[in-house]
Amino acid sequence: MSEAVLEIQALTRRFGAFTAVDTLTLSVNAGEVFSLLGSNGAGKTTTIKMLTTLLQPSSGEARVAGFSITSQAVNVRRSIGYVPQAVSVDGSLTGYENLLIFAKLYDLPRNQQQARIKEALEFMDLTAESGRLVSQYSGGMVRRLEIAQATLHRPRVLFLDEPTVGLDPIARDAVWKHLVDLRTNYGTTLFFTTHYLEEAESYCDRIAIMHRGKVAALGTCKELEASLGGGSHTLDEVFVHYAGSALDSGGTFRDVSAERATAQRLG
Amino acid sequence: MTATFTYPFIGLIEKTFVITEFELRKLRHDFTELVTRALQPALWLLIFGQVFSRSGAMHTGNIPYLDFIAPGILAQSVLFVAIFYGINVIWERDLGIVQKFLVSPTPRAALVLGKGFSAGTRTLSQAVVVYGLSLLLGVKLSWRPFALLNVVVVVVLAATLFSTFSLIIACIVKTRERFMGVGQVLTMPLFFASNAIYPTAMMPGWLQVISRLNPLTYVVDALRTFMLAGSTSTFSLRQDYAVILLAGTVLVFIGARLYPRLAT
Repeated sequence: MSEAVLEIQALTRRFGAFTAVDTLTLSVNAGEVFSLLGSNGAGKTTTIKMLTTLLQPSSGEARVAGFSITSQAVNVRRSIGYVPQAVSVDGSLTGYENLLIFAKLYDLPRNQQQARIKEALEFMDLTAESGRLVSQYSGGMVRRLEIAQATLHRPRVLFLDEPTVGLDPIARDAVWKHLVDLRTNYGTTLFFTTHYLEEAESYCDRIAIMHRGKVAALGTCKELEASLGGGSHTLDEVFVHYAGSALDSGGTFRDVSAERATAQRLG
Repeated sequence: MTATFTYPFIGLIEKTFVITEFELRKLRHDFTELVTRALQPALWLLIFGQVFSRSGAMHTGNIPYLDFIAPGILAQSVLFVAIFYGINVIWERDLGIVQKFLVSPTPRAALVLGKGFSAGTRTLSQAVVVYGLSLLLGVKLSWRPFALLNVVVVVVLAATLFSTFSLIIACIVKTRERFMGVGQVLTMPLFFASNAIYPTAMMPGWLQVISRLNPLTYVVDALRTFMLAGSTSTFSLRQDYAVILLAGTVLVFIGARLYPRLAT
């Protein structure tokens, strides 16, 4: 069970003089739920963009499901699903159509497309709404549809960038219930970024705290809490210790406005 | 195993049509844009066309001026619809839609060409409007099926060409504000430096040179030849098609190279 599905070796991305991700080295096992935790600007999204082949690394390498992100990008794309932070389903199509287009783009065999879409809709509790335009969906439904869309082809790794940003606590729990089921039923590896500490605490097998493009700490929640030594510590304290400040400080104008726009669209 | 893997070219065509299909499905859910777009060609033909037709200032040989500009106005409305098409991809970028498509194994050229073809299909409604108005104004149209088929092909190819050009601009400027600015700056020169509303023979020499480099000139020439009864091509239809196809192919190639920039 400890086969590595994600191997990251000294992955680095620079934007001009700024190093967003700095010699990142990590390994994630198949079926693991893994979280990258960090403030805005810590390099989480840049890391995900490189691993999903949206962004070329400046140096270093990573293998996803055994394929190189630099030289085997198309194979990587076939093996992964991605739910970006911003809304990624089309509001001017129905829920069903949003799934159908990806069933076709991912070359699902024609005779399996309908069954797979039906299953995905049932799995995400969206069957009743599948014929409605997505612009009429609630925020939680939109996120669930995005996850359905990103997992239609049964990817080995699902990348999620802040999957629950902008959702109310009930919708967040529903999204997480479905994500956990995905792992249980299909063995999907979940790799996600968040800045909700309690989500990382409740659902993750392991956590990496990112700070200024580097991994500041890595381990299970218990290991991280124990790593401070001397009595019991909360994950909040662990975060402050490794990242130097509380979680919600920092971030550029663009980070903040993108996040608020997403929250507004989902809310 | 799959088409895209085994036969890259077939995969490209297949995926292009998937993208086109879903762009057109959106239209089925909301077709108001088709109605609002009918206004512009109507204004140009009914007002500009009528006024200049009466003035006699345009020397269009043995073709009446209204007949002369009807194909020009069709080409113009194809250009105007297509040139702002890129704003959609900026919108899709601000959402996460572009990113999700780019993470899929779809060939980039299919993403670009699929969008182009859908713009092409959308602009066919403009052809229907221009044909309707032309009938009303007594323009001598050609109704031969071969000619009509060619009008459809030229309109779709022209819209694909200009919408891909628009997509390239979107990939470079990336924001709506800058895009609108650049779009405005480009549309009018493309339109005026063509044979859409006056013959190139009336232009000063330098403008004639520019108009020969402008793909819109060849689109207008082809449309004029196929739309009007008894009209002949200025440059030859072979040259018109060659320029349109070549420019389109080059732009799709550039667009496919630049499209991933939208995700960064």
